[in-house]
Amino acid sequence: MLANIGFGVLVVSFITSLYGIIASIIGVRKNSLAWVESARKAMQITFPLITIVALAIILLLVTGQYQVQYVYNVTSSTMPLYLKITALWGGQSGSLVFWAWLMSAFTTAVTLRKWERDREFLPWVILVGLVTLTFFLSLILFFENPFVRFWVTAAGNQVISMFPPAGAAPLIPADGRGLNPLLRHPGMIIHPPMLYLGFVSFVIPYAFAVAALVTGRTDDRWIRITRRWTLVAWLFLSLGLVLGSRWAYDVLGWGGYWAWDPVENAAFMPWLTGTAFLHSVMIQEKRGLFKRWNMILIILTYALVIFGTFLTRSGVLSSVHSFAQSAIGPMFFGFIALSMIFSVWLLIWRWQILHAEGNMHSLLSREALFLLNNLLFMGILVVVFWGTVFPLISELFTGQKVTVGPAFYERSTGPLFAALLLLMGIAPLSAWGHSTVKTLGKALWKPALAALAVVIAAFAGGIRNGWALFGFLLVSLVIFITLFEYFRGVTARRRRTGEGWLAALFNLMARNRRRYGGYIIHLGVVLMALGIIGIEMFQTETQGTIPPGGSLRLGRYEVTFTRLDIFDANDGRNVARATVLVSKDGRMVGELHPRRDLYFDSMQPMTIPGVRSTIEDDLYVLLVDWQPISSTGVTFKVFHNPLINWLWIGGFVFILGMLVAAWPDKDPQPVPVAVRRGQVIPSRSSGD
Amino acid sequence: MNDSQSTARTSSGSRVKFLIGGLLIVAAVVYLIASSMQASAQYFMTVAELEEKAAEIGDRELRISGAVIGDSIQYDPSTLRLEFVIAHIPGDQKEITAQGGLAAVLHTAVNDPSQPRLKVVYTGVMPDLMRNEAQAIVTGRMGQDGVFYAEELLLKCPTRYEEAVPDQAMDG
Repeated sequence: MLANIGFGVLVVSFITSLYGIIASIIGVRKNSLAWVESARKAMQITFPLITIVALAIILLLVTGQYQVQYVYNVTSSTMPLYLKITALWGGQSGSLVFWAWLMSAFTTAVTLRKWERDREFLPWVILVGLVTLTFFLSLILFFENPFVRFWVTAAGNQVISMFPPAGAAPLIPADGRGLNPLLRHPGMIIHPPMLYLGFVSFVIPYAFAVAALVTGRTDDRWIRITRRWTLVAWLFLSLGLVLGSRWAYDVLGWGGYWAWDPVENAAFMPWLTGTAFLHSVMIQEKRGLFKRWNMILIILTYALVIFGTFLTRSGVLSSVHSFAQSAIGPMFFGFIALSMIFSVWLLIWRWQILHAEGNMHSLLSREALFLLNNLLFMGILVVVFWGTVFPLISELFTGQKVTVGPAFYERSTGPLFAALLLLMGIAPLSAWGHSTVKTLGKALWKPALAALAVVIAAFAGGIRNGWALFGFLLVSLVIFITLFEYFRGVTARRRRTGEGWLAALFNLMARNRRRYGGYIIHLGVVLMALGIIGIEMFQTETQGTIPPGGSLRLGRYEVTFTRLDIFDANDGRNVARATVLVSKDGRMVGELHPRRDLYFDSMQPMTIPGVRSTIEDDLYVLLVDWQPISSTGVTFKVFHNPLINWLWIGGFVFILGMLVAAWPDKDPQPVPVAVRRGQVIPSRSSGD
Repeated sequence: MNDSQSTARTSSGSRVKFLIGGLLIVAAVVYLIASSMQASAQYFMTVAELEEKAAEIGDRELRISGAVIGDSIQYDPSTLRLEFVIAHIPGDQKEITAQGGLAAVLHTAVNDPSQPRLKVVYTGVMPDLMRNEAQAIVTGRMGQDGVFYAEELLLKCPTRYEEAVPDQAMDG
């Protein structure tokens, strides 16, 4: 019953969004406000409709309706309630519904803003939103229906379909298969929604870009409207990536956090172009440059967002995450091809009028350094894209599938990332329009000296790894530059206003959120870089079988095995839980409980490490031996991961910086001094 | 010399600077990709293809995909030496779909003794996903003894999206 309702509403929402597309096209052709309004209403109606579809699925999941194939696949009676709810995105069709729901929500939110100044954009933004939505709805409706059920025909055959064939009876399994235990982790629960939020949010700036291209608006209005969308999209995408790596670290048991897996790369690529876009739109706003480049970037980001969703859904590339090998692959590919052709055609049509409004003169000016930033990001994108699709290309052309491992990515992107780190430090010191080595040098020499001091201290402390020292140099440089910039800003402000330190700091940030928020975000990034340097260059490990009372040594740590408990937990799993004592330099510092769970419904074992985390490092202990204890003891593997927690701390700092940068302004922004020729500067309202 | 001319000259002069700078970066990226490819490209093959091309392979780094035969899994937790045998499965997606989907293909591969097989040796913690009929992707090199020495062992995350009808069922 519920499944039928859900399906019915799904069909209605599909028809509504199709209607909305037609209405908006008619609206522009006939220049009719009424038709555009109708399209807008259709857009808005899809939101409650798809919400009903999603709720129907959730209800089916929570009440254990195992006749529905999706429910059978992703839930079981032993799963706790919250996992049953979040199983909405635990499988293919449910996650597509979730994606569609987000798309509908965001485009609807956009239609609710004040449109008086940008009426001409409205029908196109609605159109792009609806076309994307309709694509996903059609995938769900025709290929991945979440409401199909099990039936048994009169002849005794088992059938999976939406409606029962004549004379068939429902086939209701006693229990579901349950979500793969590897996915039953808090990180795994928020990671897909975060990524999807990021993906879907990027559709909005793209929609406005298309609108700007079609209407021939060559100014930066579309950028300023979508500024916060871009920031938020970028925040969620970044969070999704960090959460995914945290999950891998916690649960996959290989002591690592990123494997350059095709699906990881799929989410990373739109992040790369998105970050480049985030920076280069500032140049268009400040200096009227890079208009064509910004269009290219947002078109690429949109394509990569769909491509990213495609890579995770079609099983085209073999990876650890290969979720599906279904028919929707060609559909995705076709949609990406068509939308790219359409976008590029639009861009070519408007190419001439998108000329720059100025010139770049100085190689060290902020614009030039931002350009360098973009080139580096594009370079990394090319590397990642190449490595990810190379197996397909090589197979196509040589018949032999050739893949590349993590070594390829690390070697190629390493220097590019290092260059970006350096740039992150220097660029904020450069000025718009003109900078010389002298002016940069003046701003740079104090932090540079301080950074050098840190490196010397590290060297004195025993660190000899050249790459690590270089990494520390870059990291300290950026940290010191950030601190110096804040210090200079605060003292200058105090001199002018006589405020106290805290007030000056607060007001400094409030007056120029983008700049000082940006500094904090960069700070977050270098802290993450610090964590990465620590674990990549200084990780050590050991393994061994020890009897109760025995211990393993790793560096300054000693891990002593005391006991092993084996019991059945009440949520359908058997637990083997070891207790180990950790001491450092001879002093007891903690007790850890690495364990192995075996989930009965899927016969899936899961290794959960016991981890002792501090600012300086993680001691990461895995219980390796699954069999009941033999007389020789139990096997453990121990990793020492220096500085790893800076990776997660950096993530928090990142978010903080985003909040500072994106917080709505109370006061209107100052009007830019340079008036671009022939352009009327509209008065800025705070509701931008 | 009027202003527009000098601006034009400056911008064409700086244009060259920017072009050179840009080209340098492009060259650097191309170089990085090419050299890293040399160092770390792996041939991705099926067990059957490996058998066919055994002579030409030599010392090359390979990536092989196959179905794990559960009975063959031997694991010594004290030395972390894992040995198992994988059976050939087709590499082509179309062939897999034609034979009934990945799960079916893995099942037939394991139960069909006529399919080519490969013994694999790996040193490390046995992954949780390791079991009968799992799809394994091993990266490493062929030893002189005909055994594959794996440096990397990946098992496919079995989030099941296949059209499998449940075994346990009851009419409702």
